[in-house]
Parts: sequence; C-alpha cells; structure tokens
Amino acid sequence: MNRSFIARNPSVLWFLAFLGIFTLAVTLMAEATGTGFISTSFVKTLGKTLCLCLVAIAMDVVWGYCGILSLGHFAFFGIGGYAIGMWLMYARTETIVTYSMAAQVVPPSPQEVSDAIASQIFGVVGASEFPPIWAFAHSLPLQLLMVVLVPGLLALVFGWLAFRSRVTGVYLSILTQAMTLALSLYLFQNDSGLRGNNGLSGLQNIPGFESTPQSMVSMVFFWASALALALGYILFAWVVSGKMGSVIRAIRDDETRVRFLGYHVESYKLFVFTLTAVIAGIAGALYYPQAGIINPAEIAPIASIYLAVWVAIGGRGRLYGAVLGTVFVTLASSWFTGGGAPDIDLGFYTIQWTDWWLVLLGLSFVAVTLFAPQGLGGLVDKIARKS
Amino acid sequence: MLRALLAVLLIAWLPAPGFTQDLQSLLQEHQAEVAKPSRRTVAPVLEALSASGLPEVPRFLERWQDKAVYVREEDGLFFYVEETGDTLTLLDLSSGDPVTSGVDPDTLDQVKPNGGVRRAIAEALVQFQLSDPDITKRRDAVDAIARGLDPSQIPPLSASIDGEADAALKTRKQRLLNYLVARFGDTPEARIEAIEALSSDLSVDARAVLSQILATRTEIAEDIPDGANVARVLEPGTDLPEAEAYAMIGEQTDLPALVDASSIRTTLERHVEDGKVGGIAVGQLGTPDRRLRAYDTLAEAGTLPPRATPEIIAETLAAWTIYEAYEEPDSAITDAAERTQDAVQTRVGMSQAGDLALDAISLASIYFLAAIGLAITFGVMGVINMAHGEFIMMGAYTGYVVQLFIPDYTLSLIVALPLAFAVTFAAGVAMERLVIRWLYNRPLETLLATFGVSIALQQLAKNIFGTQARPLTSPEWLDGALVFNDVIAISYIRIAIFVLALLFLALLLFILKRTRLGLEVRAVTQNPRMAASMGINPDRIKMMTFGLGSGIAGIAGVAIGLYAKVTSEMGADYIVQSFMTVVVGGVGNVWGTLAGAFMIGTLQKGIEWFNPSNTLAAQTYMILFIILFIQFRPKGIVALKGRAAGD
Repeated sequence: MNRSFIARNPSVLWFLAFLGIFTLAVTLMAEATGTGFISTSFVKTLGKTLCLCLVAIAMDVVWGYCGILSLGHFAFFGIGGYAIGMWLMYARTETIVTYSMAAQVVPPSPQEVSDAIASQIFGVVGASEFPPIWAFAHSLPLQLLMVVLVPGLLALVFGWLAFRSRVTGVYLSILTQAMTLALSLYLFQNDSGLRGNNGLSGLQNIPGFESTPQSMVSMVFFWASALALALGYILFAWVVSGKMGSVIRAIRDDETRVRFLGYHVESYKLFVFTLTAVIAGIAGALYYPQAGIINPAEIAPIASIYLAVWVAIGGRGRLYGAVLGTVFVTLASSWFTGGGAPDIDLGFYTIQWTDWWLVLLGLSFVAVTLFAPQGLGGLVDKIARKS
Repeated sequence: MLRALLAVLLIAWLPAPGFTQDLQSLLQEHQAEVAKPSRRTVAPVLEALSASGLPEVPRFLERWQDKAVYVREEDGLFFYVEETGDTLTLLDLSSGDPVTSGVDPDTLDQVKPNGGVRRAIAEALVQFQLSDPDITKRRDAVDAIARGLDPSQIPPLSASIDGEADAALKTRKQRLLNYLVARFGDTPEARIEAIEALSSDLSVDARAVLSQILATRTEIAEDIPDGANVARVLEPGTDLPEAEAYAMIGEQTDLPALVDASSIRTTLERHVEDGKVGGIAVGQLGTPDRRLRAYDTLAEAGTLPPRATPEIIAETLAAWTIYEAYEEPDSAITDAAERTQDAVQTRVGMSQAGDLALDAISLASIYFLAAIGLAITFGVMGVINMAHGEFIMMGAYTGYVVQLFIPDYTLSLIVALPLAFAVTFAAGVAMERLVIRWLYNRPLETLLATFGVSIALQQLAKNIFGTQARPLTSPEWLDGALVFNDVIAISYIRIAIFVLALLFLALLLFILKRTRLGLEVRAVTQNPRMAASMGINPDRIKMMTFGLGSGIAGIAGVAIGLYAKVTSEMGADYIVQSFMTVVVGGVGNVWGTLAGAFMIGTLQKGIEWFNPSNTLAAQTYMILFIILFIQFRPKGIVALKGRAAGD
C-alpha cells in the first residue's frame, strides 16, 4: 500500500531527497557542526522558512485541493506558537525564580513560587495572577497536547458551524477572516491572559538547555523543522492521493455534484480543514521558538492573506508549489527589505526597495493571478513535461 | 451672617463713616494692616472696605492682590505708581490722577501680601466681581466659586442674583447658590429643599455636590453609637476581606497579631536555631501548614507573640461592627440626598441609554458609509474587492491634498467631495478594466488579485504621504456638538456623517430603481447574456457600476477622514467590518446593507456599554456574534428570494 502510494507520487521522493540534501548541506555549513559558513541567525531564518513551508502546504491542501480559501490558517499557526510559548515562558521564568529564591533560609512554598512566576510574567500588563488558561503551562506534555488540541478544536467547531450551514466560497473566506480578526483583537487586550500586545518573549531560550549555545539550539530546531516538513509532506501527499484525494478535488471542482453522488461533503471538508489546522499549529509551535517572540500582530488577518499569496505564487494544487512559493517570496522579501537589492536611480527619483518592495509584491501578485494562474509550480510542470 | 453683622458693628464703631470718607482715609485707619497684611489681621480691613460702598474699592483690591500698591515711607500714604524712566509717578487711589512725579523708588515700599492674604482678598473681591458690569468678569467670578464651594460665598452670591441681567448667567448663579445651600445651608429645611431641587440637574457638579453630602467614613464599634448616621453596615468576608476587617479592629484594641503567609516567613527566618525552627527542620518549611506549626511552637515557648487563630478572628469579627457613617450627622438630610441621588441616577441612566443610542446610530452610519460602495461592487456585482478600503483611503487623501491647496475649509470640502468621487471612480474603472474583468468567473482569485492591488496601494500611499497620520480638518461650522443635556451630546460631524449616509442611501436607491443605468445594472447582474441580447452592453455597465461603487467609497473616505485621522492603513481598519456589514445585511440589497450597518453599530455600542473601558473586547465579541449569526441566517438579514438570489 505504502509503496504504491509513493510510486504513484514520484514528486514526493524528489522532494524528500531534495530536502534531505538541503538539510545536510546547511548542517555542514553551519556554525555548530561544520565550517561556520552560514551564520546562526541565517540557520534560524532557514528553519523558520521550513515551518512556513509546512503551514503553506497545509494551506495548499485546504485551498488548492479542497477549494476552501481559508484566511484563518495563520491564526492556527499563531495559536500553536502561543501554546508552546506559554510553556517556554513558564518553565524559563520558573528556573529564574527558583534560582533567585534558593538563597532564602526558609524554602518557598509552592504557592509563593507560583505567585513569583506569575508576577514576573504578567507584571507588564499589571496583573500578578495566573489566568485559568495557564493551568497546564507548567507541563510540557500537556502544553504540547494543547498545540494540537486548541487549533484542532477551534477548526472543528468553526468548520462544523460553517460547513453545516453551507457557507462556501468568498463568504467562507470572509468568515474565516473575521475569525482571525476576532482572535487577534482578543489577544491584543491586556486582560486576555496572554500579555496583550507584549506577547510572549524570550522563547529562544529553551529551559533545561541554558548552557547549550544558540548555534546548537538553532541546528536542533532546523532539523526538527525539516523533519516536520518531511512528515507533513508525506502525510498530505497521502491525503490528496487515492480515493479520498479524488473526492476532495471533486469537492473543489463541483461541490453540489459530489453531494448528489452520495458523498458526505461536509465531513470531508471538516476533516481537511481540521487536519490542516492541526498541522498549522504544529508548524507554529516549531516556528516561534526560533523567532523568539510572538505577539498578536503576527496573527492579524494580513498574515493569513500572505499565506494565500505564497501558495498562489507557488502554484495551487501541487504540494511542492506551496513550498516553492513560500521559499521564493520569503527569501525575496528578506532580500528586498533587508537592503540586499540595489536601489534603482531613475535620475529624478531613486527607488529604494525597502519602500517599494510591497508595491512590487502586490503588483506581481496581480500579474501572477492574471497571467500565470498555475504559479511557479506551473513552470516546473512545463519543464518536467518537456524533459 | 455673623460676618455681615460684625461688619455693620465695625462701621458703626468707626468715626465718621459713610460718604464723607474717601478710600485713602479709610485705609489710613488700618494703615499697619494694609501695609503689612497678614492672614490673621486682614479680615477686619476687608470687611471695612467691603462695607464702605466706595466704587473704587474693587480696583484697589485687585491692585493690592497684584502687589501694585505702594506706600510712601515718610507719611504712610498709599499710592498706585507709574514708571517713568528711573523714577516713579504716584497716582491717586480714587481718581487715578498723577499726584507727584519724579519720585525716587527708594522712598516707596511695595505692599506685598502673602499667598494666604491674596486668597482672602480674592474672596472679598468675588462679591464685587459678581456684580461687575463686565460679563466676563462676572463669569470668571462664578467659575471661581464653582471651583471651590465655600459657605462664605452664599451671601454675596445670593445678593448678586437679582441684579443679574444675563439670563444664562442668572440661571447659573441660581444653580450655584442651590449647590451652596444644599451643602452649607443654615437650616435643615433649606438644605433639604435645595437638595431636592437637584433631582432634575444632571450635571457633574450637581452629582459631585450630592456625593459630597453623602461622603462617608468607615468606623468600628462594638455597638453602633446612638447619634451615628449610619449609611450601611459592612459584612466582613463579603463587603471587605476578613483580614482587612481584623486589622482595622486591631488598630482600636489589643489583639493577637495577624500572621499572614508573607510575614510568617521573615519571622521564622529570624528564629532559626541549629537549622531548625520550633523543632521543624528548615528544609521542611515549604508548606504553610508546617510553618504555622513552627510558629505556634515558638509562641508557646514565649519567643513569639501568639497569633490570631481563625477562631479568634471569627470571635473578634462577631463582637465588632464595622459600618460606614455619613460625615453629615443629620439623617433627614442624608435621606433626602439619597433619594435625590437615586432619582438623578435613574435619569442619568436613561440619558446614557439615549446617548448610547445616538452613538450607535452614528457608528452605524460610519459603517454604512464605508460599506455602501461595497454593497454595489460586492453586493450587486458579486465582485470581492479587497482594495475597497484603499479606495476609502484614496478619497481621504484626496481631501487632504485639496486642503493643502485651498485653505478655506468649507470651500475645500465642497471641492474635495466631487474630486474624491472622480479620483476613486477613475481608479475603480481602471482596476475593473485591467484586473477584475478577466476574473469574473473566478471569485476567489478576484479576492487575491484585488488584495495585491490593496497592498500595493497602501504602500504607495505610505511612500507618498509618509507613515504619520495626516489631518483632514473639518470646517468651523462642523465643530462642536449638539448638546441635549449634560449627558446626551452628539458632535456635528457625526450628524453630518449620518445625513451623508442617508443621502447616499436615497441616491443609490434612486439610481438603482429609477434610472436607466440602474435598470441595466440590475439586468446585467441577473443575467448578463439575456441583457446583452436586449442591446445592453454588459462590459460598459459593469465598468460603470464598479466605478460608481468605488467613487462612493472615495466620498465615504472624505467623511471618515473628517472624524478620524487619515493614514495609509485607515482602509484596512474598515475592510473586514465593511464586508461583514454587507454579508450580515444580505448580499444584493441596499436596504440590507443599512440593516447590517445598523445591527453591527448597535451591537458594538451595546457590548461596549457592558464593558466601556474595552473597545477591543467589544469588537471581538461582535465578530463572534456575527459569525454565529451567519450560521443561522447565511443569506443575511434581508435575503433575496427566487432567481435574483443567484444560486
């Protein structure tokens, strides 16, 4: 069964091989294990890009294969980040607090420790008690469960409500965007229990590994991200192939006809929506320890739209397209905004790419939609067919 | 009253009072007190001056207060002075005419009253200012009284009311007198009457007067004394924490100390012996239970004072009563004030509800304005235009640019409105021709392509106008607010936006229902092929409709820019709400958009009312509500039926 699935999808093997080579190459060139040709911060950038690729292929499955243009998948990504961030922040603060309290003659009671941690974490928003949502923050396994459960449950409930009442097409997009906006506005509040617009910070310090250098930590996370991307790719390639994949694509092309054929369309959509949300959550949980900080601005509706932009530029309906689009746009974006691109002097006006990059992105996005609906992946397909 | 009597006595006692005496001689009688005034001795002087009835007294008091009075050293006479080069010219106090010129400054002493004296002078001045011929002086005096209510101001204020010519100021004086009487009146009857008169007064001042009359202090007693005017009895545990109540009682009598979690640790740390406290190893003191046991062991041994056990705390709290007593001893007065306060609060509550309704309507009209262009492009044509918000922004920036060239705000507004329409109409037509018409059967891709336009336009605006907010100033006649009472008020800009929204509704309904263009638009949106076979050019109609929707967004931008700041992100702030307004209202129907805007506006203000400090929370809950609402009415409030529904 498994062999035949891979055999039917040679692109999976190609992708895995390429990812493996890429990971090895980065490892050999990184500071921690190799020549130091690549800086630690660039390893982190690459690791983060891999996580973004993971959420992008999830987006591709839900949009490119199932036809649901969700503008909420980056919210699930952010929820995953918040869930892991809560543990990272709690555990790290606990270490600091326990250390500072160790000097006291009378050992602190558990209540005193917990109060001290709470006032450390929530001092910035003027609170000193743990809100109920932090009930599991002390435990890594439980919080890891939250990474999966919270986005999964939210997607399940939201999807069930939306699909049940047959909200489709652009209405569903607007609805998911509203959900994302509601979530980010909620997180912006100081009394949301997640430090308002300060967000969670210091996430790059992994509790228990304080003495490990960041170059090593970044390498571990890079590998974890690569592994997650590989597993996610295989999972999604399996989901979209075979009979289920055919039904999912059929729903994209003509939902009503699939319903008339006797398939329970809502269940398929709900499955895809929830599964991709869970994967997005996992991707977020891997991304934010590398980014070091998460705040509500990350979850703003615009982020989810960018996600759609990556997938569209890469080419919908092909998993490697999503990866291609993400890598291309994020790297181009950091090249242009990071001052890598040379300014163009027009004589009367100098185009500085830090100012004009978004204009270029927006316009090229229009161009891709109009002239190359298949995206970059379409180019790859053309080349593959010729050879 | 007493002071007035005193003043009369004083005058009677003085030799040769009345009109024969001039200011200088009056002052000479109090020479020392005027030249070197102090807070204690100045009162009789002021009484005498006030009682003299001389017209020049107010001016003298003002100058005295401003340290502009000088005394001649040789004979102790008082003068005003005028500087002429290095020397001074002395002016007569009564006439203001020069008396002597070329006087050496060294022969004069400036009279310098200290702060306390100046305040006393100011108080005495109030009565003159209250009946000053200059209305601004009278207003200032009334303001001065209102700033700090004081019993001494009752007689001069009441005396000045009858002669007050200005009706508005007279009402204010009467109100102020009422406040004063309510707080400091002589008889309880007068005070109660004044208090009851406050029940129709919703102003903050009146409410402050009531709450000052009802000011309380917390007291503790084993039995409440007979004379106490008790506001309420506090129940420890519900009204205030038990520990706090116990500590308050502890201040009055000797009680075992309350040992709480934070203090017990430091106490124990001071009594560590051989790594043990009270027989318990230090390392084991990590739980509250063991800490208390260690403390009790030490207490039994006599090293520490005994602590308050829960039993002792309960007993103590049962034996004592904690209550709030009014500062005002007369219960009849506080009862009247309570009744009045209840009445006022009911009226304030009703007015607040009214104010909230006005706020909701005005927010609804802003949402309506932002969404009405979308109601055409999205609602009627079915085109998702994510750049709609940026058209709003373009309109607002157009208004800003027009103001740069035309400084007259009214004129610039008249120019800006059609110009904004023209600019965004052109932008809309261009976008329809270049982008949207290729994507009519691919709605999701329209969404993404227009989003691309949106980020490009946003960044473009940032590059041109910078990131800081630009002002769009409204003309003067739109400043200010329509005030119904002290609680209900609405600014003229909001009224203007409301009127504009109504105008647009009418205009749009007229265009869609009564004109050839509207007929063709409806025909094309229902069935483009059939419409084309009837000789309508669908391409042209779609272009025009899209232009119209975009143009209206531009005008909405000017209106929104007047009341909020113009930034490159202002469109993005409204886009999600606008789409929701259209979806909630029901696609394809202008009335639906109105209903949607009204619902969202009311809802948001309604939620804000429960939690006024938190608009973010209000928006969050509103969006959640809308998501749920769409579950139950997926087609919106005003759902199209039959073929027009389109699916």
